Amino acid sequence: MSATRPALPSGLVAFVKRECPTCELVAPVLAELARVHALTIYSQDDPRFPDGVPGVFDDRSLEQSWHHRIEIVPTLLRVEAGVERERAQGWQREEWEALAGVRGLGAGLPGWRPGCGSLAVDPARAPELAVRYGASRLRARRIELAPLEDEIEALFERGFTDGLPVVPPTERRVLAMLEGTRRDPQQIVAVVPPDLVPCTVEKVAINAVMAGCLPEQLPVVLAALEAACTDAFNIHGVLATTMPVGPVLIVNGPIRRELGMGSGRNVFGQGNRANLAIGRALQLVIRNVGGGRPGEVDRATHGNPGKLSFCFAEDEEGSPWEPLPVSLGAPPGADCVTLFAGEGPRCIVDQQSRSPESLARSFAANLRTLHHPKSVLAFDCILAVGPEHARLFREAGWSREKLAGRLHELLQIPGDELVCGAGGIEAGMPESVAAKTLPKFRPGGILIVHCGGRAGLFSAMIGGWANGAMGSQPVWKEIER
Amino acid sequence: MSARQKPRAGAGAGPDEPPRRVLLDPGSERTPALRARLPRPERLAGLRVGLLDIAKARGDRFLDRLEELLAERGAEVIRFRKPTFTKPAPDAVLQQIAVRCDAVVEALAD
Repeated sequence: MSATRPALPSGLVAFVKRECPTCELVAPVLAELARVHALTIYSQDDPRFPDGVPGVFDDRSLEQSWHHRIEIVPTLLRVEAGVERERAQGWQREEWEALAGVRGLGAGLPGWRPGCGSLAVDPARAPELAVRYGASRLRARRIELAPLEDEIEALFERGFTDGLPVVPPTERRVLAMLEGTRRDPQQIVAVVPPDLVPCTVEKVAINAVMAGCLPEQLPVVLAALEAACTDAFNIHGVLATTMPVGPVLIVNGPIRRELGMGSGRNVFGQGNRANLAIGRALQLVIRNVGGGRPGEVDRATHGNPGKLSFCFAEDEEGSPWEPLPVSLGAPPGADCVTLFAGEGPRCIVDQQSRSPESLARSFAANLRTLHHPKSVLAFDCILAVGPEHARLFREAGWSREKLAGRLHELLQIPGDELVCGAGGIEAGMPESVAAKTLPKFRPGGILIVHCGGRAGLFSAMIGGWANGAMGSQPVWKEIER
Repeated sequence: MSARQKPRAGAGAGPDEPPRRVLLDPGSERTPALRARLPRPERLAGLRVGLLDIAKARGDRFLDRLEELLAERGAEVIRFRKPTFTKPAPDAVLQQIAVRCDAVVEALAD
């Protein structure tokens, strides 16, 4: 058994199995080639096959077949100095003749027959083979469980969970997860705060397994981690703050549909695996690789349930507006994940407005209270407009910019309402602002997204954390597939 | 389609042994270095003391008062400031503190 890729002999190399009718068909051709060429045959199921042909090697272990990614039998390779130069799959006379440099092969045989599946890709064997021959690609420390140890409890005891059970990261599961990306397992994705640990694709895959991700979700997790670990997003501060914020992930582009992500009913709630697992995987990487654990560097006073996972997709199809990341500068149609440092969502109820102006005023009145009615310019927010509310803006032709601009106008607050003591509240701003007018949000400080179920005249707002260069800025990242 | 293989016992498991169960470490695999604390300075006079303001509100007031008290006792005070409390101190600030100070006081929180 070898974990490194074994070299191929020079000359012609064929992979066959007896139970494949096409391999039976081409057995005489292999005998012809053996007479004129250095021919090596790897037989996947019977080392006596093809009968009477010399140079057959027993590959019932499928080691050669797995390492050389043989997907079809028969496969004929031309190898020079250990390097594969050409590959023919199934039987096609002209192709084999060209590859072997021999004319008139297989007289009397049909010109073409498709091959059969290689045993190396047989679904009943492939995961096992991946562990046997591919596990050496994995560099993570192995944790061997004691015979009486429960694997779920073992992960709790070692401090690797977020408070809920995790899927045990076995070699088999992690190798399957890595099939979700073309990136090398040892490539560094990001340097993860707070411990500033260089984090490999492999470590992300391990945590994605634990979070419950499927392999096709891994690229979103990788992009989200890259976004989180930028200086602009500042996951260090988001983690360390006493405020109740965590990374909120918004996914856009065709990948939302392919992954079956939730953007409609119960969009912030339970029930959608992709939404929950992707957001959870990011947080597990921060916890396990970065060392960001509650009560240690995470100093949140209250936290919020979204710190387990807060990830959703935008409803682009039903939206009156272009996708959120496009409004932030991303190319149209790109798969993107946008990160925002946010608290939990709060419902905005308005079931009576029938004009966009009235509804904008409702939004503004609610947004005014974000974090504190006297707080201005310090925090950004997400305004998640539900489909029934969005209809009013669509019908009136209000662009995202127009809605944001109107909210900005409506949220110009007289300084005398903001100062200490105003409204009988000691908290507030210094007396020097009393004669001024200040906006609740900085320009661009309201991120408008479209999501939620089709029934319900509701929207939601998600308050942010210290904004701008001094805190956290929304960061979008293209998802590399 | 071939017959399904029997689940393979983990490598090294004998016929009577339970299969090995192996998980991959999801953590950083770092071993933190434990360093002994420096001894407490014997006197303040002549000591170079760095005061690090992390840019939290009113941290400067606390450090101003500390500077007065340290100066009265003959310490040499050097002031430092982080651009924002939300991010780790820039390397340049940390290096300056390491090179120029015998001790440092950091003013955390508001």
